[in-house]
Amino acid sequence: MNLDFSFFTADVFSSFVLKGLLFSVSLTLVAIIGGIAIGTVIAMMRLSKKWYLQKPAIIYIDTFRSIPLVMVILWFYLLIPILIGKPIGVQLSAFITFTVFQAAYFAEIVRAGVGSVASGQMNAGYALGLTYAQSMRYIILPQAFRNMLPVFMTQSIVLFQDTSLVYAIGAYDLLKGFEVAGKNFNRPTETYLIAAVLYFVICFTVSRLALRVQKRIQIIR
Amino acid sequence: MLDILKSFEIFLQDTGGGETYLQWLLQAWGWTLAVSFAAWIVAIIVGVTVGVLRTLPNRYIAFIGNTWTEIFRNIPLLVQIFIWYHVVPSLFLSLKDLPSFALVFVGLGLFTSARIAEQVKAGIESLSKGQLQASLALGLTRTQAYRFVLLPQAFRIIVPPLTSESMSIIKNSSVAYAVSISELTMFAMQAGEETAKNIQMFLATTILYAVSALAVNEISKLIERRMQFKTSRVGAK
Repeated sequence: MNLDFSFFTADVFSSFVLKGLLFSVSLTLVAIIGGIAIGTVIAMMRLSKKWYLQKPAIIYIDTFRSIPLVMVILWFYLLIPILIGKPIGVQLSAFITFTVFQAAYFAEIVRAGVGSVASGQMNAGYALGLTYAQSMRYIILPQAFRNMLPVFMTQSIVLFQDTSLVYAIGAYDLLKGFEVAGKNFNRPTETYLIAAVLYFVICFTVSRLALRVQKRIQIIR
Repeated sequence: MLDILKSFEIFLQDTGGGETYLQWLLQAWGWTLAVSFAAWIVAIIVGVTVGVLRTLPNRYIAFIGNTWTEIFRNIPLLVQIFIWYHVVPSLFLSLKDLPSFALVFVGLGLFTSARIAEQVKAGIESLSKGQLQASLALGLTRTQAYRFVLLPQAFRIIVPPLTSESMSIIKNSSVAYAVSISELTMFAMQAGEETAKNIQMFLATTILYAVSALAVNEISKLIERRMQFKTSRVGAK
């Protein structure tokens, strides 16, 4: 078996793969921003001592963490149209699914991050006359987020890799782009290999960046 | 309420192939467990080996171990599965006759091995350096030191992360549908389409996934309890 990569020109890249790359990247970014926003709220509920806040948060987190993402993608694609009463595109469905799903994972990260801040910080907030919410908002969370930055980045790599699972509902993501190109030129072997290399380069670069961030944070502390 | 219950009677209906949907569901569950278990064995064996290699003083061996981990960690599982399924057999013609089951569990196993290697390495490195030095001073070879001193201690530390990896294997086995293994996700998609009762099919599938993951969690809690130190730890009651 001889490999021939010559068909894979810049033109092929921009007409097949680029569209998928943009979708995968924007899906990742939306899910990070939305996931952290919702995840922080859920983490706050999870940390609350009031059962009517804590219990729903536990159920939310445990449910999404115990179901395979592929099944979650399929569920949302099935249920959203039933709930809103009209069909929804695969892309929009993917955006909603990933944001909601990632929120469960980010919530656990935020919870661990809050746990990493010394409890004296909260007491100091109280001593200054701040309320629980104010201490959380101005003292605990800013420090927690800084500690969490490397974990956020690692989770984002996982998230970016997971975007390939939208394959299940046929959305046009990075992997799909390569697959279509491979079919068109009858070179599936080569395109899967290029896909692997491209994913590797992107994820490896971000993971190195995360390591650097981690070192910097350690020095400040 | 009765209507909802009645809608689940679909599971007792014949698929047209001489079996009920319930039987098909249970077979699919079997495939999910088989893929997961086989992958788990591969992941543990390779993961522990690579994890140990990464802690050795020889720089070249450690480099190979690190490269292994980076490659398998930074490529999406689905892409890896496609490579095992489409690329590997066309590059190595002798592998052409391997069943896709074998390709999938090896692929899933090696993907997970990188994560386990990371934990094994972290577990060994978390032990104090004195442990290795003391073992060597007692005249143990390096192999003996790992076998009798370092690994037993490291394993106690890594049981919790290993548990979550084992649960992840069951969840990740769902990508096997992409290469036509008739496991749970494949069942959900196909049976849902055939019967137009997607919700019932998805629900059954989801519950079986959750039950499987929960079972793994319980088993490892048991292991964790049995592996605990008999002596009390410093500061413990």
